[in-house]
Amino acid sequence: MHGRVKVKSTAQQEEEKRKEREKKLKAFVSARDAVLRKRSAGEHDEEALQLTQQLLSSNPDFATLWNYRREVLLQLETSREKDEVQKLYESELHFIEACLKVNPKSYGCWHHRSWVNTRLPQPDWTRELGLCDRCLSLDERNFHCWDYRRVVVKESGVSVEQELQFTDRLIGSNFSNYSSWHYRSTLLPQLHPQPIHSHRVCEEQLLKEYELAHNAFFTDPNDQSAWFYYRWLLGRGVCVCIFNCLCQLCDLPPGSVSDISNEHNLTVHWTEKYTHRDCALYTGEHRERRSVACVCVCGRSELSVEKSSVLQAELQSCNQLLELEPQNKWCLLTIILLMRALDPLGHEKETLAHFQTLKEVDPMRSSYYSDLCSKFLIENTILKMEYAEVRVFSLSNKNLTTLCHLDQLLLVTHINLSSNQLLRLPPQFAMLQCLEVLEADDNAIESLEGLYHLPKLEEVSLRNNQICKLSDLESLASCTKLTRLDLRGNPVHKTANIDSELSQLLPLVTALSL
Amino acid sequence: MAAEDLPSQFDVVILGTGLTESVIAAACSRVGQSVLHLDRRNYYAGNWASFTFNGLLSWIEQYKNQQEVQITELEQVWRSLIDEGEDAVPLSALDSSISNLEVFCYASEEEEKEEEMKTPLSSFQPVNAETVSEEANGDSTEAHDTVTGDDTTASDAKTPNEEHEVSEPKEDQHTSDISEPSQSQEEKESQLSSSPADPPVEVQKKITYQKLVKEGRRFNIDLVSKLMYSRGALVDLLIKSNVSRYAEFKNIGRILTYRNGKVEQVPCSRADVFASKQLTVVEKRMLMKFLTFCLDFEQHPEEYQDYTEKPFREFLKNKKLTENLQHFILHSIAMVTQHTLTEEGLKATQHFLRCLGRYGNTPFLFPLYGLGEIPQCFCRMCAVFGGIYCLRHSVECLVVDKVSNKVKAVIDTRGQRISCSHFVVEDSYIRDEQRQSTAYRQISRAVLITDRSVLPSESDQQISMVTIPPLESSAPAVRMVELCSSSMTCMPGTYLVHLTCSSSGKAQEDLAPVISQLFHVSTIPGEEPSEGAEERSKPAVLWVMYFNMRDTSALDSSSYSLPSNVHVCTGPDDSLCSDYSIKLAESVFHHILPDEEFCPPAPNPEDIIYDGDGPQAEGPGFDESTNTEADKSLAEEEGNSEPAEMDSVTQQAPLDMTPASEE
Repeated sequence: MHGRVKVKSTAQQEEEKRKEREKKLKAFVSARDAVLRKRSAGEHDEEALQLTQQLLSSNPDFATLWNYRREVLLQLETSREKDEVQKLYESELHFIEACLKVNPKSYGCWHHRSWVNTRLPQPDWTRELGLCDRCLSLDERNFHCWDYRRVVVKESGVSVEQELQFTDRLIGSNFSNYSSWHYRSTLLPQLHPQPIHSHRVCEEQLLKEYELAHNAFFTDPNDQSAWFYYRWLLGRGVCVCIFNCLCQLCDLPPGSVSDISNEHNLTVHWTEKYTHRDCALYTGEHRERRSVACVCVCGRSELSVEKSSVLQAELQSCNQLLELEPQNKWCLLTIILLMRALDPLGHEKETLAHFQTLKEVDPMRSSYYSDLCSKFLIENTILKMEYAEVRVFSLSNKNLTTLCHLDQLLLVTHINLSSNQLLRLPPQFAMLQCLEVLEADDNAIESLEGLYHLPKLEEVSLRNNQICKLSDLESLASCTKLTRLDLRGNPVHKTANIDSELSQLLPLVTALSL
Repeated sequence: MAAEDLPSQFDVVILGTGLTESVIAAACSRVGQSVLHLDRRNYYAGNWASFTFNGLLSWIEQYKNQQEVQITELEQVWRSLIDEGEDAVPLSALDSSISNLEVFCYASEEEEKEEEMKTPLSSFQPVNAETVSEEANGDSTEAHDTVTGDDTTASDAKTPNEEHEVSEPKEDQHTSDISEPSQSQEEKESQLSSSPADPPVEVQKKITYQKLVKEGRRFNIDLVSKLMYSRGALVDLLIKSNVSRYAEFKNIGRILTYRNGKVEQVPCSRADVFASKQLTVVEKRMLMKFLTFCLDFEQHPEEYQDYTEKPFREFLKNKKLTENLQHFILHSIAMVTQHTLTEEGLKATQHFLRCLGRYGNTPFLFPLYGLGEIPQCFCRMCAVFGGIYCLRHSVECLVVDKVSNKVKAVIDTRGQRISCSHFVVEDSYIRDEQRQSTAYRQISRAVLITDRSVLPSESDQQISMVTIPPLESSAPAVRMVELCSSSMTCMPGTYLVHLTCSSSGKAQEDLAPVISQLFHVSTIPGEEPSEGAEERSKPAVLWVMYFNMRDTSALDSSSYSLPSNVHVCTGPDDSLCSDYSIKLAESVFHHILPDEEFCPPAPNPEDIIYDGDGPQAEGPGFDESTNTEADKSLAEEEGNSEPAEMDSVTQQAPLDMTPASEE
């Protein structure tokens, strides 16, 4: 049509582009070969700088060339005045900046920049900080830049306060950027250390930080950055991990423990400074040497009243959010953790209800929640047991999916795990050296690897489980006192000659139910 | 001279260089139509134009002088060009779309110490403020059906005295002013000096009228104040057509609102809500939740079904949002009235939210150097594709074929007959005889130069959009845009503030109450804010202009009795965005060329194939010399949009009638 602009067809454009690319490639390859020849000839001159510059500005990820450049620079440096050296390296910085525009995530570039700054007679850290800020404003998650920035901050002595303000700014512009929150978490203990535990943050500042986190998760409760930071804060103030336990098997010199009685109560000094815990001492019965299982059931570190009131307030905030967002998983999970920290037994019922909701709103992670719930239930039971000072551990019909904290049950003689959803008795089960009776009916147990060398174990009931093969039972042979075994309702009974095989495997078992 | 004689045939002749006309021009030219684009003014963009401060002062003068343009003698010339079987439809030579123009100046007239100019310009200031406004008033008494200032009440005895100043160019005005009012000036100065001396810092800060005039080129004052939704029709078109390459833009930094006597920031983005100090955490959640719902409210009809017939305001109440939040959402985010229905409110909110985050934390963009840049960008696009531009060049009448009742040609102001198959014209060129009704809506406008932001913050270089709900239930909601100097619309140290609302009366009546709430308006020019701390905290108004602009956006083709191939473009509407004008341009384009694409992307320069036959080969539509000339002229303008200096364009169309006589 008349007057219309004629435009090249796409095929034409493609062809032209292809030709151009070929030309570029040729030029690049020949330049590269020239540079490598120069390097092997040991030439360290201006020309080498120019050639590598050409190559690197189109491909800044060519590490060999950066290395060569460093060699050249070091060589040139020796023959120059200080002023000239400064100029030389400053122009190098300009060049790197241009390369960073090509690829802001080039390992070579950032590394070279750090190196240049170490060589520079008078480094200009302010400019470097400015560069970092510019880079981060373009891509706030560029970890190369974050790393480089840490170096710059350290070298230039930027105050921690300023850095904290820097994170304020970053978080203000986008609170979903966990890099900024994380950086904050490293700055706070430096700036506001707690009097005793210097790696923690003093309470006054903590309250401000809680508020910041509230603002973030009330604004967007589905954003995990703030929640992670919040949990870090909660973890700073109090020990959320309630049980602080150690289990040691150690050789004691003969005679240090009297043989007359089996059990001793000793005070043990732990390497961690502030913990003095009573623990029961129990002599082991290893065949060949006298050894002592030193068992500690540590008490939980009590929360100070002050901390409790803070936690209580935090729980209230979270409950407030939950009212608005009953389906929010981060909120539910945080509430569960707070309840655990405050009063695990008193909140048990609510915790279980929250776990139920969690599994519904986040079915992808329901197994994780089940495991976590199991862990908490076990902890609660241990706690109750501790108060009652009993040696019987019963957790039947609680939907347990996993076993943990077995290290704290070393003194238990009877365990009832019936009607749960356990798949296995893990190797740690072998720690229950005092265990006499195990009931684990109506689970889905396939593996018994934990029933191994349990010297006191006499009776095992595993009705209605998923034990399929005879080999699964082999570990039981190491339990020398085992006499009663109930295997009814397991697929293993279909095995040919099961009776004879079993009596061969476990000759000591007298009461076998199949 | 060949350059002065236009080709006698075009596909499309377009009269008026406002946004709609310019977009149509670009769209037609882009698909190969030959386009002649005219404007009777000596500047681009019509009522969409931006002026330097001095340019604005001459614009004010121009309106005042409009009645002097006599058209009657010219009629004879074009009469002879009408053949048998043709009718002539004359166009209006007068633009009556602006009215009630008032100007007041409050900047100090003090002389600046370092000024090399010896002339004591200082004195002219306060008087000038008066004269300008009065001049406007004076006009109206004489210019019967015009416009400049319809304030008939103000034709008092003073007018004749000052009449001579009015007609003279600005420079003379200064000197002529000095004689009398210098006296009063001295009085005032003595008053000032009698009061305890101001700290020297403040004296330095003070911006004098003289300074405004001297730095006048730094201003780009828009007649129409609009922002661009980052996902609105205009931005989409700029991107799609590649016209965006001709302009630069700045984000609107924040949205403010006036509430309970205070200016507050409206938290509208996620980052704002997070940082907001005035909202409780629960409010934050409620606001975010509501906004999230609005983003895809169509997916949850059960939430608002019961309210489709009820106002949005009631829906907000029902949602148990706090007073705070209701205000923010209704006035500042949805920007709707008390009576807007729920669904419309939800849509408005949704549009706002969808625009967030594309270019910044607010939904809006503003073109650097003013909104007047945008029509010019499209004109440039049109010129690049061969469109021919003449400013100060209009059309006298349309030649209509009696049989087909279609326009077959136009006769321009130089008496040349130019045939065309389509004629696009801006509404203000249409005579009342061709209208079905002459009752219009009006837009009230105020333009302020102030010394400070209405809400000072860390950065003084933010553009703020301020929503001001009706002060009384009968008053209109006012929209205010505060431009900082980095938007290239005002000199450093000042802010350019645009107020807009749909008129219920004269602009001054509509907007002065709002201005006095938000700003310090001194009673004596140059006076410092009085002792009251409250007054001190408000920004001071240095200069203010009020006017009404006709809002013809409600009109459509049925409102005019014109041939079917005449397409009337209505002027700017009173909404915040330009979507209306863009949609109109698109629909006119599709009327003209139903089978063509509207503004397809312009090809990259390197992909264009030039025939080897030299620039002339492509015919008049692609005359290289025309291109470069038009291009150059537009480029020059960008650097300096002062209308008076657009000579390179206007040269093509000299005002005198010599080309006509050559025929």
